[in-house]
Amino acid sequence: MLLETPFHPRTAPLCHGRRWRNWSGYASALSYEPGHEYEYYAVRSGAALFDVSPLRKYEVSGADAAALVDRVVTRNALDCPVGKVLYTPWCDEAGKMIDDGTVQRMSADTFRVTSADPCLRWFQDCALGMDVRVRDITLDLAALALQGPTSREILAEVVTGTDITALPFFALAEGIIGAAPVTVTRTGYTGDLGYEIWVRPDDALGVWDALAEAGRGYGLAPAGLDALDVARIEAGLLLKDVDYVSAWTALIESRKSSPYEAGLGWAVQARPGRDFVGGRALAREAAAPSEWGFAGLEVDWPHIEKRFAAVGLPPLVAGRASREAVPVYARGKQVGYVTSSTFSPILKKYIALATIRRDFARPGRRVKFELTVEFVRHTVPARVVKTPFFDPPRKRN
Amino acid sequence: MTRQHDVIVIGGGHNGLVHAAYLARAGLNVCVLEARPLVGGATVTEEIFPGFKYSVFSYVVSLMRPEIIRELDLPRHGLAILPLESTLTPLPDGGRLYRDADHHRTWREIARFSTRDAEAYDDYGRSLFYMARAVKYLLDIVPPDPAKLAPRDLSGMLRLGRHFLDLEPDQLHLLVKLMTMSAADFLDEWFETDVLKATLSASGIIGTFLGPRSPGTAYVLLHHYMGEIDGHFRAWGFAKGGTGAVAQAIASAAREAGAEIRTDARVARVLLKNGRVNGVALANGDELHAKVVSSSLDPHRTFLDLVDESELPDVVVQGVRAYRFRGSSGKVNLALDAAPDFSCMPGHGPLLRGAVSISPSIDYLERAYDDAKYGDFSREPYIDIVIPSAIDPAMAPPGKHVMSCFVQYAPYELREGTWDEKREAFGDTVIDTLTRYIPNLKDIILHRQVVTPLDIERTTGLSQGNIFQGELTPSQLFFLRPVTGYAKYRTPVKGYYQCGSGTHPGGGIMGAPGKLAAGVVMGDLGRGKGRGAKGVKTR
Repeated sequence: MLLETPFHPRTAPLCHGRRWRNWSGYASALSYEPGHEYEYYAVRSGAALFDVSPLRKYEVSGADAAALVDRVVTRNALDCPVGKVLYTPWCDEAGKMIDDGTVQRMSADTFRVTSADPCLRWFQDCALGMDVRVRDITLDLAALALQGPTSREILAEVVTGTDITALPFFALAEGIIGAAPVTVTRTGYTGDLGYEIWVRPDDALGVWDALAEAGRGYGLAPAGLDALDVARIEAGLLLKDVDYVSAWTALIESRKSSPYEAGLGWAVQARPGRDFVGGRALAREAAAPSEWGFAGLEVDWPHIEKRFAAVGLPPLVAGRASREAVPVYARGKQVGYVTSSTFSPILKKYIALATIRRDFARPGRRVKFELTVEFVRHTVPARVVKTPFFDPPRKRN
Repeated sequence: MTRQHDVIVIGGGHNGLVHAAYLARAGLNVCVLEARPLVGGATVTEEIFPGFKYSVFSYVVSLMRPEIIRELDLPRHGLAILPLESTLTPLPDGGRLYRDADHHRTWREIARFSTRDAEAYDDYGRSLFYMARAVKYLLDIVPPDPAKLAPRDLSGMLRLGRHFLDLEPDQLHLLVKLMTMSAADFLDEWFETDVLKATLSASGIIGTFLGPRSPGTAYVLLHHYMGEIDGHFRAWGFAKGGTGAVAQAIASAAREAGAEIRTDARVARVLLKNGRVNGVALANGDELHAKVVSSSLDPHRTFLDLVDESELPDVVVQGVRAYRFRGSSGKVNLALDAAPDFSCMPGHGPLLRGAVSISPSIDYLERAYDDAKYGDFSREPYIDIVIPSAIDPAMAPPGKHVMSCFVQYAPYELREGTWDEKREAFGDTVIDTLTRYIPNLKDIILHRQVVTPLDIERTTGLSQGNIFQGELTPSQLFFLRPVTGYAKYRTPVKGYYQCGSGTHPGGGIMGAPGKLAAGVVMGDLGRGKGRGAKGVKTR
């Protein structure tokens, strides 16, 4: 039996489609209605409410908290002021990615770190000899992601104790919803204006109800993982074990990825004298780059339509996001593979995230995307483009 | 004051704008002249009542050609189409028929009336898919003239013949039925449930002065089925920001390509010199010059108002005079203090995000037409409702709503009195009809805008208020639209072109006439190749 998150008493009756997925052992809605289309558009046009409680959460506290975080993650955590949030991967000694998540600096010596999978032992082991405590607070915090253009107005109606409308991108604030203390971070996994709300499990239902009530006039819809998957691909955001394989689960070396290979080179932030896990390997890689890179692809839609039309079918790729690996070719040879792809309803384009030979990863490069139509393989043209594919100004403004 | 352009486009509706965008992308110096202060024509969003945005005239999007969206990169210019997912038909006895994307639930809903119909529904959908796929070919071609022996016409007819002979025999038969039958008869071949047939047949009467039992309406039904969103036929959507956002996006693409768009610039007449076009004269007396003028206005205005009849062959004048407009519909736009509560499906569920169709039976629709035949608006009209604010919260203040009610029949020619006298009575009839299904309606109306066919004509210039620039019946389609011999976007006047919904493939927010006409203009100017010509077939 899958576990229930603290929001389950609210999400279960809303989940008309009864489509649940196992997310870290919890029942997590794929979509609340039979299809996810409306929920996707809620992200882009109104607001969507996702239960993201199954995320792993850790509290890092003590005099050496900042030093530990700085030792573990690739971002320069010492430069993270109180009240700011960082997105960052972290790596093993070989500079290969283990997991990724957000680092929230709650106070000078307290951080919260989220991850996709358990990392407590790793964080504790990295803290050897430091004056720091790492605690798994996964069960102590329920979490909601409120994402979409009207999310700010909805929060403004329910959050007291702080001016939530002034909260900058990747910042956090403590506030109150009803009587419940909450942490609000301006973060998310959709590439849109959005927030995540961290709350004690006992207060979870009250917070859900307050948001649902306030959201009624703002096009708020509960949304599930299917809609999230489309939105995050549009935002060019990686999914662990789909777009990269954790160094801990990869059984063979070639499956592992460095941040550079995963398009996260910007998140590797060396600093004179800084010693972080994987730092030396990453410095070597920066000097002698890997032959692999990351690319966003725009697949030529008219060609897709033409291939399907040739057998009398409408293009059957439109719909849910695909996590199926698909070969990418150039000059008649395979040069990489797509890890996630989707038709983007807002861009009217077929887009994909790919791991690809570095020579072909530059924006503007033309490659071929393998398309199977009626059990026959074809290739259709695709172009490397910059990610995010969709990046509305409201995300930061 | 005179100015020189390559092409002047008369009318800044969506087709005029599409036309201008393609021509500007081909490197031509294009100027669009729009009489109103805002572009869009019948594709406009206006804040008539503060805080509430009405899609005043056209209200849903489906037919907009996907390749136009792609080629003009309209998403980058702000176009987002949100899905309309369901159709609710409330019944006077409190019953209902509700259809949505949930296949099994829709099956159960129809099966409450007839299990046979529930099963036939899939078959019907598949058959119409084949039909839409077959007809889709026509949307992208300039109609060849079967009466001409020019090589281009002959080869066009040959390709056309081949295309249709490729169909399976039963599909070909079905297509002929669609082109000739009434919507009601056509649907009788599938279904026995009155409310289902009535609601499906309603797509067959929209914008025409015909009833569901009039032959020719089956085609209109197909016309509304050809819409394609993301590769799926029959998908209807709602433009974020109202339908005006569609025009705004196209205008933005046209401007980016270099087109000039002037509003408050009403064209009084087209200027000719030595029998060919030389420019236009504005209502304010200004003259603008160009070797090419394209009119996106309807055929009546294009041929009879803007040029002197003496410049046109008699047969064309007669043809245009005989071309049927016969506006048959109006609109009531409402600002609501709260969500409407339908007695057949109480609560504010997903139904509010779909269409609601007041079409309880074929008899109901036919009786509504009976009233109109003799010059009255329907005492109990067909109404197609959408509530854009339930889909796009930006259309109304939080918790409040806008409701768009398309109403048929409202004949342009009234038996008695004028539309200025009858406007409010018409509005009352609509509200009274709706209140039977939405008991709380009268308590929540903050503002209402009643749009009669006369208002459509006065505001947008659409003759007789016909939303399609002329009925979409088989006798006014393809090489017959608008008149024989001039269905390829040219006119008898050299340099003068048509690019509006009065040409093939007709009305709805489709953009195809504007694009196809741009191809013809470019071909005539020898601008077949170049950056902007991508995707445009020149002729």
